[in-house]
Amino acid sequence: MREILNDIDRWREQNKRIVVARVVDIEGSGPRDPGAAMAVNQDGEVSGSVSGGCVEGAVVAEALDILASASPGRLVKFGYSDDEAFAVGLTCGGTIHLFIQPLTW
Amino acid sequence: MSLYTELAERIRANKPVVLLTIIDGPNLGATLLASPGTPALGSLGDTELDRVATRDALGELEAGRTSVRNYGPSGQITPEDLLDTPTVRIFVEAFSPPPQMIIFGAVDFTAALAKVAKVLGYYVVVCDAREVFATKRRFPMADEVLVTWPTPVLTARGADLGPRDAVCILTHDPKFDVPAVQGALDTNVGYIGVMGSRKTHAKRLERLAEVGVNKPQDLARLMSPIGLDIGSRTPEETAISICAEIIGRRVGRVIPSLRESTGPIHK
Repeated sequence: MREILNDIDRWREQNKRIVVARVVDIEGSGPRDPGAAMAVNQDGEVSGSVSGGCVEGAVVAEALDILASASPGRLVKFGYSDDEAFAVGLTCGGTIHLFIQPLTW
Repeated sequence: MSLYTELAERIRANKPVVLLTIIDGPNLGATLLASPGTPALGSLGDTELDRVATRDALGELEAGRTSVRNYGPSGQITPEDLLDTPTVRIFVEAFSPPPQMIIFGAVDFTAALAKVAKVLGYYVVVCDAREVFATKRRFPMADEVLVTWPTPVLTARGADLGPRDAVCILTHDPKFDVPAVQGALDTNVGYIGVMGSRKTHAKRLERLAEVGVNKPQDLARLMSPIGLDIGSRTPEETAISICAEIIGRRVGRVIPSLRESTGPIHK
């Protein structure tokens, strides 16, 4: 979170709507530990990362969908063997659980 | 002030802070912010849940752990209390202040090491008794540059040093490195590295013995010659070998440290 504060502050000054995605859990091998965070603004601009670049694109889509649907947030899972919901996964074979939430707090 | 603003302020001020977020169950997305010694801000939707989860989260913060914890909607934690209730899953994210690295000796290696340590997120303190060398201008990347001797620094700050922190002694001057080693050994700092050739280290051990530092368990804490045996030559490469040694020892990996090898450091 520390490394994305400056971008978030800038977006807040511009009154952009923002979504924050955080790794809350990993199973097996995962590129980033719980706490790794990424922010997406309403224009699809990105700061930070939650994996080694494997799932960031899907997180942006998810974040924009959360803004569009006024969702309070959702838990999303990405895994290599995951045949549901998402066509992207982690090449390292692990599973990451993200909580993606609008920054309204 | 929003919770986010408060969180950002505390993170930037290096104050320990923990953020709780409901990621599953009733009140999804609710957040609460806590730091030791101050009232919690925000709410998870139930005062008893707030109390219990804050108490647990402050414990996690103390340990520097980030985790997911499960509760009942009113903070229930025993399995029988949780039988007929929905589970509230809370992401407890601990923001600990950055680890510290205190570097004794204001030499070329110091600038390179301070730079690499900053990349790794350390709060870096450079200390040397010679005021012409210990200047902010020579070490702009350091968080603090102190013109003083090791003993007062380690006396004043030693109690704050723990397993995540490091003391790197880069002077080759016994006047300076003997008290630095002595002072560092009196703390719980996780890493003590001391620069110098094998010959320098052997002489240093004699001087340390003269001042009573000779217990095997103390000497075992000293990484000297400092760094991994990766054939570093430049100050920058040496800085990488030192930081890699710190990382490896923190997680308990067996890696080729110079201490465990023999022969010349530079082949």
